Amino acid sequence: MFYRIPEINYFRASTLEEALELLNKLESVKVLAGGSDLLIDLKIRRYEVKNVVDISGIKELNYIEDRGEHVAIGAATKLQDIVESPIIATKAPVLAEAVNEMASWQIRNVATIGGNLCNASPAADTAPPLLVLNAKLRLVSLEGEREVPITGFFLGPRKTVLRKGELLKEIVVPYERGAGASFIKLGRRNAFTLSVVAVATLVKVRNGIFDDVRVALNSVAPKPVRAVSVEKFLKSREVSMSAIEEGAKRVLQDISPISDVRASADYRREMSAVLTKESLLRSLERAGVKL
Amino acid sequence: MKVSFILNGEPVTVDVKPNEILLDTLRLKLNIKSVKRGCERAECGACTVLVDGRPTYSCNLLTVQVEGREVTTLEGLRDDPIVKELTSKFVERGAVQCGFCTPGFIITAYALLKSGKELTPENVKKMLEGNICRCTGYKKIIEAVTAAAEALKK
Repeated sequence: MFYRIPEINYFRASTLEEALELLNKLESVKVLAGGSDLLIDLKIRRYEVKNVVDISGIKELNYIEDRGEHVAIGAATKLQDIVESPIIATKAPVLAEAVNEMASWQIRNVATIGGNLCNASPAADTAPPLLVLNAKLRLVSLEGEREVPITGFFLGPRKTVLRKGELLKEIVVPYERGAGASFIKLGRRNAFTLSVVAVATLVKVRNGIFDDVRVALNSVAPKPVRAVSVEKFLKSREVSMSAIEEGAKRVLQDISPISDVRASADYRREMSAVLTKESLLRSLERAGVKL
Repeated sequence: MKVSFILNGEPVTVDVKPNEILLDTLRLKLNIKSVKRGCERAECGACTVLVDGRPTYSCNLLTVQVEGREVTTLEGLRDDPIVKELTSKFVERGAVQCGFCTPGFIITAYALLKSGKELTPENVKKMLEGNICRCTGYKKIIEAVTAAAEALKK
């Protein structure tokens, strides 16, 4: 036995209320949604945790619902259920595109969308699509509920705005009509890998003019980020190859990559611009816009 | 903690510490040896079991997490026609070298064939990404799974 999980106290919550009471009461506590990241982190001693609250069996947190103007996803929904959901396929296909490339089937069968967000890895692959979709996160505690835009959720590596006793309950994904969106991930190999950099883009075009442009990246900053310089440059501009190329270069103003085991900072900068351009072109194609 | 679940169709109850992983419970307490200890960090797939029919790494799942659920290993699928077909195609196509990864591949492939998902060689490759063969027999493994799917269609 090479790895060993330290001694922990395990609490299984069967309702949301029970989970909130446990989280409120316990010190040194982590939520286990699927455990795919958490158990590895415990094995490698990333955290010192005494108590684990398992929320995977809470039915009130496991759903994908079409609510007319938006799609609501329960935080404990498994990644594979997102990949296979007909609602996501039609209403937020860029999310399915990203999640389908995450990890492996075995992991997607236990890992959850809420876990991926709350773990707040700078390389979280659910973040770029949700950032360009302007998703909102509903957080709940014994004191009540609040809603934060995903752009304000991440604070830094493994840090979020979640307070003690607070739980991510639901991800709200607004419909985007008349938009084209895409996700491109670069890893060190094709299969089962963390991102070196991943980009999601969403565009809306009216009369040959960029009506809306949204770009988000992961693995190139302390947290997943929107590339506002690219967005600002392209918005209200005429759609052309030269504008896209010029816009994509501006991504360098929005990112601050580091060198690590997966890639050098220089390579990440270079590829961020390349993938931003590629993803913008793909999004335009999907919006039915010809260059 | 007492944990009760269904193992290969039979109810079992085990006494475990909360930090015990399912892999250890299966191998050390329940004599399930088709489930292999590989990387122990959710990468290699040698420990794959089905939890409620879905392929899952047993090295990265606490035993307490399977309370009330159905766990299936190859021991419970000995007489299953899909597993028999897969096994014979693995042998026929030379998809077994050292054999250590084979149970993990077979049970993942079994779940794939059961799922009704489209089985192009591309899709087989995609869904087997979570299983590693260090003898690097991937081509033959993918051929064997595709051939088993074809044979079962008839």
